[in-house]
Amino acid sequence: MGEFFHVPSDLQHSYLGLVGWHLEEALIPVLAGLLLALPLAQLCVRLRWLYPPVLWVTTVLYAIPSLAFFVVLINWTGQSEITVMIPLTLYSLVVLVPAIVDGVRSVPEETHAAATAMGFGPVRRYLQVELPIAVPAIFAGLRVATVSSISLVSVGALIGNQGALGNLLADSMFYHRPILAVSSVVTTAVLAMAVDALLVLCRRLLTPWTPPARERGRGAPVSVPAVAEEAR
Amino acid sequence: MSIFHFISDFFSQSAHWHGYDGIPQRLWEHIQYSMLAMAVATGVALPVGLVTGHTGRGGNALALLATAGRALPSFGLLVLLFVIIGLGLLPVMIPLVVLAIPPILVTTNEAVRSVDPAPVDAARGMGMRPLRILAQVELPVALPLILSGLRSAAIQIVSTATIAAYVSFGGLGRYIVDGLYQRDYEQVVGGATLVAGLALATLGAFWLAGRLAVSPGVRHR
Repeated sequence: MGEFFHVPSDLQHSYLGLVGWHLEEALIPVLAGLLLALPLAQLCVRLRWLYPPVLWVTTVLYAIPSLAFFVVLINWTGQSEITVMIPLTLYSLVVLVPAIVDGVRSVPEETHAAATAMGFGPVRRYLQVELPIAVPAIFAGLRVATVSSISLVSVGALIGNQGALGNLLADSMFYHRPILAVSSVVTTAVLAMAVDALLVLCRRLLTPWTPPARERGRGAPVSVPAVAEEAR
Repeated sequence: MSIFHFISDFFSQSAHWHGYDGIPQRLWEHIQYSMLAMAVATGVALPVGLVTGHTGRGGNALALLATAGRALPSFGLLVLLFVIIGLGLLPVMIPLVVLAIPPILVTTNEAVRSVDPAPVDAARGMGMRPLRILAQVELPVALPLILSGLRSAAIQIVSTATIAAYVSFGGLGRYIVDGLYQRDYEQVVGGATLVAGLALATLGAFWLAGRLAVSPGVRHR
């Protein structure tokens, strides 16, 4: 069991160091994606004609395999962390934009009208009415984006040891030590599930008005777009 | 030298079009393996998704499966099975199938479950048996969503099969992985172009399948 946490010295990181690096490489892109997705989604809500082409572009971008993305970027950014983080940002954007647009669009017309009648300007209405109502949809998107980002960072190992926990996989092959691969897979999966659980908790804290009991039960609206876009 | 020079150089060399490491051979390998994995995954997941969606049972177990499937790193699983099992088709096929099952299963279940109950009740009132209801009412209505689940799975398979070149798998990923080792960037970029092209072709194939198979009454756009 001790070998599970033992990282070969050529990776120049401790076990926890790899975990921290992995989180950094996976979460910064999701955050950047969210910051880009919010204004872009708002633009799509405002200009209806813009949404179908944006959706089309995102579907195409999402289909491009990560490895192809990474290696093409090497031309500009070299074999570095940035090369891994740019595609991950794009993938997050692809998941988040439809999630936010659907969320903001699901705000009932009456709610909208009530806010306007109370004298809310467009900015205040967006921040205090539309965004809070869209929180569950946004978090559904965030969960998919975060979990797939955490799993994809490992592929960075292929472009010159930029894969954090994924680098253990390369070492597992060089030294022929299956335990290193087990350690990488288990740690990545546990990390993904832990962050996922944390996001669910955040969602609950941010939206105390939603009933907590029927989280995933029968008839509960499991967000279908999120389910459909999970693969990568 | 720009990236487009690399790409045009790669495709204009006649050596890249023949033999064991030629583009047709590698493309065919990639398609063959992807189709095999897709067939196995669909054969397992589609019937289960249809039946659980029809009966409305097992939703929680499926949600758990979806989360677990998403959390499992595809590249990690690939290397792990390769290190344990060794050289061969099996260590690559297992992760491809395992990763494709959750999207198909969960989306199919969700699609059938969320079919409008009115036509289902009407069909039952007309005396249709459960199997016929599933095949003639629920399946056509749920088809667009089911296809989107299959599309996600197919795209995942194509992109994971690319990474599988790292563990001695054939297919288009070979160009990328070998090119990186040989410091032959032209080959790397050529491979990446081919892989992206194949992924887009997969997307196109599913779009076409949707146009052909989905009834005009169900298509909402």
